[in-house]
Amino acid sequence: MVSQQLDLGELKSILEKYAPGGRNQLLPALWAAQNCYGYLSEPVVVAIGKALKVPLADIYGVIEFYTMFYKEPVGETIVRICVSPICTQRGSREILNSVCEHFDIQPGETTTDGKYMVEAVECLGLCDFAPSALVGEVPVSISAGATPQSWIQSPDPAPLGHLEGDPCWLLGSCGEVDPAEVKDYEGCGGFMGLKRTLQNPPEFVIEEITESGLLGRGGAAFPTGMKWKFASQAEGQPKYIVCNADESEPGTFKDRVLMEGYPLSIIEGMAIAAYAVGSHYGYLYIRGEYMRAQSIMQKALANARATGYLGKNILDTGFDFDIDVRSGAGAYVCGEETALFESIEGKRGFPRLKPPYPTDQGLFGKPTDINNVETLCAATWIMANGAAAFRSLGTEGSAGTKVYCLSGDIAKPGVYELPLGITLGEIIQKAGGVLGELRGVLIGGAAGTFAGPDDLDLVMSFEGLAENKYFLGSGVVNVINTDRDMKQILYSLAHFFAHESCGKCFPCQLGTQRQLEIMEKSVQGQLTNADLVALEDVGFAMAETSICGVGQMASTAILSAWEKCPDVFGLEESFNGQK
Amino acid sequence: MSEEYVQLTIDGTPISVPTGTTLLDAAKDVDVDVPVICYFAHTTANGLCRLCVVEVEGARMLQAACVTTVQEDSVVHTRSPKVERARRTILEMLVSTVDISESPELQELVVDYECYPERFEGGKKRQPAIIDDNPVYLRDYSQCVMCWRCVQVCADDAQFSYALNFSGRGFDTQIATFFDKPLPETTCVFCGNCIGVCPTGALKAKREHLIEQGVAPEKVMEFTRLKGKKKKSHNSAG
Ligand SMILES: Cc1cc2nc3c(=O)[nH]c(=O)nc-3n(C[C@H](O)[C@H](O)[C@H](O)COP(=O)(O)O)c2cc1C
Ligand code: SF4
Ligand code: SF4
Ligand code: FES
Ligand code: FES
Repeated sequence: MVSQQLDLGELKSILEKYAPGGRNQLLPALWAAQNCYGYLSEPVVVAIGKALKVPLADIYGVIEFYTMFYKEPVGETIVRICVSPICTQRGSREILNSVCEHFDIQPGETTTDGKYMVEAVECLGLCDFAPSALVGEVPVSISAGATPQSWIQSPDPAPLGHLEGDPCWLLGSCGEVDPAEVKDYEGCGGFMGLKRTLQNPPEFVIEEITESGLLGRGGAAFPTGMKWKFASQAEGQPKYIVCNADESEPGTFKDRVLMEGYPLSIIEGMAIAAYAVGSHYGYLYIRGEYMRAQSIMQKALANARATGYLGKNILDTGFDFDIDVRSGAGAYVCGEETALFESIEGKRGFPRLKPPYPTDQGLFGKPTDINNVETLCAATWIMANGAAAFRSLGTEGSAGTKVYCLSGDIAKPGVYELPLGITLGEIIQKAGGVLGELRGVLIGGAAGTFAGPDDLDLVMSFEGLAENKYFLGSGVVNVINTDRDMKQILYSLAHFFAHESCGKCFPCQLGTQRQLEIMEKSVQGQLTNADLVALEDVGFAMAETSICGVGQMASTAILSAWEKCPDVFGLEESFNGQK
Repeated sequence: MSEEYVQLTIDGTPISVPTGTTLLDAAKDVDVDVPVICYFAHTTANGLCRLCVVEVEGARMLQAACVTTVQEDSVVHTRSPKVERARRTILEMLVSTVDISESPELQELVVDYECYPERFEGGKKRQPAIIDDNPVYLRDYSQCVMCWRCVQVCADDAQFSYALNFSGRGFDTQIATFFDKPLPETTCVFCGNCIGVCPTGALKAKREHLIEQGVAPEKVMEFTRLKGKKKKSHNSAG
């Protein structure tokens, strides 16, 4: 009924803008329509389908895939409360319950006056402010004892966050300058890297990045120089540069800080990569929940264009390059590179089978270089300061610095840039040390591994961790003290994966659900030894047969907790670990 | 252009096959039967079910035979303990989720792999109500294994009608029409391709169903005639 009263007039300008792009503009068109009408009603979707020439069932599939698209009216303000592990540790599930009680609704429902809809969501990338929430577009840290009225009705925006660097290579003057201002950025050495790049042939740039030993910071630690080389040598035109700013791994928030605090460094890095690879088109894919980062990046892009650092004939060198910002819409799996391409192409974020690899057939089937935000910032620094300088810190196998995300039971949660190769204990000390008695450290995020109190001398480098069956991932260090309820944390890890499985392959689609059910029993004190045997089998099947990293890593943290703390489930069955 | 050949060993038998051959086809050549659920010769292989996984020595993980091509000198084991464990677990999880009472091939696999799906008793199942919204076929998604074949033949693999896609995500994914509309209100042309490719009892011709229910064959027509022309479609892209 409501839908019939919609005035479709405003949709016209949206359709005019996006129709020429066809299906590739589907997500932007859905976002624009939803921002206009509050939700995506049937007539609106029919009009979009006609204009963009996308089958209606496909659009429905897309709306259903992304949690931030709504097909029914929602409240004026959406209150998204994080229930991922780090916020759970700090009471977010209790907060969610009290908010729902306050409004007399269930999670996912809207208040009778239509003002608020309250949702339980996965990690918002605000783990340094845990317990955290997004009130409309405002990121907030829910302070202890705050009443729902206070933090929801007059939300106090969370600041950029605590950041420290020793040295501040990538963080630069992050947090000190007006982030989107080109003058300020130039004032602290900005665009020196791009200038040096454009004065040299592309081969030189690839060589310099290769020499630096830079490994991708998005999780897979692939050598960046090699990736650029593959992309530059691949057959096919045009070529694309994609910056992966989907950052949704629980515990990770460094890319948010870099985007909000030092956006021009990312733009510079993308331009450098484009020149090296021979690309003129870039996409910056930012998760939908990072609304503030999106607007800062948009401003920085406009400023970079206005000052000749982007667009046609950059710095009068004849090199053309421009960047389009794409907003995700609530799907962790879209951080997986091929799922991200599908998303830009206007589809459900299903990961593709590999090979082919992105450097051969990536976005739109064309050669594509996809890099993490931090990787591109490192490339900017390297091109300004040289490969040798980058190698002056770090280890033989892991050059340079890493931007760590410290959260949990430590004195000063935040973003810390530190040389690779220092120990876990040293990193925790930098953040003021553990609060209370240490129970464990989750390294690498939800897809990571637990370390125990005896592991503080672990060397934090890619190779040092790999030797000990850890995984640096995106640089998550989440400290957990003995006051926390480990079973609850493991339950919320399982919840995360069940919620984020795309559903493409059977082991992950089914296994994340079965794993969640077993962790549910654990929280309720109903776990049996047989359940633990099943847990290991499920974990094995997911790790060995899933298509992408979601399923492959969905059980690692939970199984490692069991291995490190055999009493975590309070049962006799011991972790078998057979592979 | 002369074809290039690759040498490999499957379960101890050396074999030589053309480059680009899948492990599934190569296994067939040496009479090794690899079980499949989602794979179907006439639809694009998406490697969804992972039941066809095999162990390739030196590989990081098990490999889905239907979508992995042969590599020179590979040593492949199609029924190692790891393979058995993975297949058994996937089957147990599947069978504790969907109704396989009308899927004899799946029932056989459950026996063959000595599955014990009861270990997941009490877990969530997929049990949506049967959808009876058209004269031609029924949709009982409680039997759907999510092999995607129906979606694929409705779209680019055959019919280009694009009536079917998905709702939900993860465990809750289901085959769906636009806003879950009855099929006659969609771009469905009732070609019946989807019924033909469905490996389970999820999609069933109404005729067959009615006869199973005891309706006399001569009466069946009364239920299955398409009333009038197909309704106007919403879809401009078709
Ligand atoms: C489930 C999943 C989520 C991922 N999320 C991200 C992400 O949010 N950001 C990112 O840069 N890489 C992410 N990755 C890794 C990307 O697939 C890809 O390896 C990375 O963007 C490459 O950039 P790099 O070489 O600069 O690290 C994810 C991978 C998986 C499997
Ligand atoms: S592993 Fe999970 S997220 Fe990845 S393709 Fe399979 S179902 Fe999708
Ligand atoms: S309805 Fe049948 S063909 Fe379609 S996905 Fe389900 S099992 Fe496969
Ligand atoms: S914001 Fe809650 S876990 Fe990251
Ligand atoms: S048959 Fe190979 S993945 Fe399904």
